[in-house]
Amino acid sequence: MSKKNLLNVDYGVGGVTTHMRPRELGDDLHSETMIVNLGPAHPATHGTARIVAELSGEKIVDADVEVGYLHRGFEKMCETVDYNQVMPYADRLNYVSPIINNVGWCLTIEKLLEVEVPKRCQYIRVIMSEISRITDHLTCLGASAMELGAFTVMLYMIQARELLWELIEEVTGARLTISYGRVGGLKADLPDGFGPKLLKAFDETKKFLDDCDRLLTRNRIFIERMCDVGVVTRDEAISYSLTGPVGRASGFNYDVRKAFPYSSYEDFDFEVPLGTKGDNYDRFLVRYNEIFESIKICEQALAKLPDGPIAIDDPHIVLVPKDEVYNSIDGMINHFEMVMYGIKPPKGDVYMPVEGGTGELGFYVISDGTGNPYKVHVRAPSFIHMGVMKKMLVGQSMADVVPIFGMINMIGGECDR
Amino acid sequence: MTNVSEQNAFLELINSKLGHYIVASSVDKGDLALRINRESVLDFFNLLKLDSQLQFNLFLSVTVVDWMDAGEERFEVVYHLLSTQSKTRLRVKVWVPEQDCKIASVSKVWAGAGFMEREAWDMYGVVFEGHDDLRRILMYDEFVGYPLRKDYPVQAKQPRIQLRAPEVSNTALNMKRDNLVKITKKSHLEENSRKVA
Repeated sequence: MSKKNLLNVDYGVGGVTTHMRPRELGDDLHSETMIVNLGPAHPATHGTARIVAELSGEKIVDADVEVGYLHRGFEKMCETVDYNQVMPYADRLNYVSPIINNVGWCLTIEKLLEVEVPKRCQYIRVIMSEISRITDHLTCLGASAMELGAFTVMLYMIQARELLWELIEEVTGARLTISYGRVGGLKADLPDGFGPKLLKAFDETKKFLDDCDRLLTRNRIFIERMCDVGVVTRDEAISYSLTGPVGRASGFNYDVRKAFPYSSYEDFDFEVPLGTKGDNYDRFLVRYNEIFESIKICEQALAKLPDGPIAIDDPHIVLVPKDEVYNSIDGMINHFEMVMYGIKPPKGDVYMPVEGGTGELGFYVISDGTGNPYKVHVRAPSFIHMGVMKKMLVGQSMADVVPIFGMINMIGGECDR
Repeated sequence: MTNVSEQNAFLELINSKLGHYIVASSVDKGDLALRINRESVLDFFNLLKLDSQLQFNLFLSVTVVDWMDAGEERFEVVYHLLSTQSKTRLRVKVWVPEQDCKIASVSKVWAGAGFMEREAWDMYGVVFEGHDDLRRILMYDEFVGYPLRKDYPVQAKQPRIQLRAPEVSNTALNMKRDNLVKITKKSHLEENSRKVA
């Protein structure tokens, strides 16, 4: 019997009697849910993502996450250019740590060609990747802290990032879109005096980080906003394919650098910080501690940096030195072949992962024997992490959307490709 | 696991357990690869995940390859899996014909597969059956065609879409889409945009 019938029932005593019932909580309350649209250009959404949340009071009961606003057709464009020309596109995937993308792409094609670059090149790639990882984490933590009101932290972290970006500029010639990698080598060797400058920058970065630690880690406001928010258990993290700092914060001990060492990562002694609870606070701590591990790796790599060439000696993969081009007929022919036809890997397909700033960044490339890739697929960690966003949001309050989104560290370029 | 003999031994193990599903297997450039039939996808992946010795617990990615000139079986769905227990990656390939462009969804086996299957559908038009939220993800709902197919031109342009009403229901979609159209002429595009409107 529906509510309306209950109220007006003929009880056979003449006329219609109103059936009385005790008042229940919520009778007069406005009980409809409300739909709130966040983004795609909300100032606190770091990239352009749209979150549509269904609210009951302040609580999120349902959410829909929309990505794709920065889709530029990376994979389609890669099919139209040769293997080295993909490098600038790869820069624009995760533009906060572009060198890791470059290194990932180079390693994929080197795996396809079945060659290995010299030790010095591997070490330089490690150093540059780790500097990039530090800048990635600094950006993520700084921006997230700012959104919770800690503006000073953001300024400190951006200042530290600036120190490192200046060094990156010195090596590569650019700050963000660096195109430093080359298949089979690198664009250039490290400049003179790079090591001492890097160590000095690290010292200053550590000072900034200590200040941030004192401002945040035991700050009551920060802890209350971050603890037990957006919890993902270990099993859920594995089921949702979470890798990188987000997966490790949930206690999922998987780091590509440890599990499948590439580019001589097995030579370095470092630890992988793990979280226990899988909430926002764990994600913060994991990133914070990873910065120090990255610094450790860089210091070891600088100390052990071997001498030697930075590129393999194969004219079909790497451009020949200029004096050979101008002074020998072979050099001239090889130079023109490389410029006109590019690298031609044998037929086949490979998948090669690297540990990106946000998680496992994998390239799946199919070669059909010509100068252009037949197919390129990027396993973009940001994109996959957005898949768990809905699960994290439901049950949290509206104010928690921004810190959860910040701690996932979605990078628009990588997520939407 | 990088050692070739170890990898071969692991492939033997998979073959001994699930050999009746496997059509072909290989180790190439350090990558383990298998090929299975389309009908056995769900059973095969369930067993791969649950078997105590294999335990492929992490679903890495799913994508589609468009072999346009390959004849009837035009698409190849490629899965990448990882077993954290034995530190092994596995690539699984499945042929899907163009006429019947469907494959079973594994989003019930690995929750993370849901988002990646949406992307594969969006880009290639391969339908993942049993997926409860198969919508466009990187492209917008009004987009016509599948951009990563080889017959979709790189320079193709599509008309601007109408301003949407702000309701959420508008982002949910109508799964009944037209088949792929070859966008070559401007008139064709306009016709499509009218159809969408």
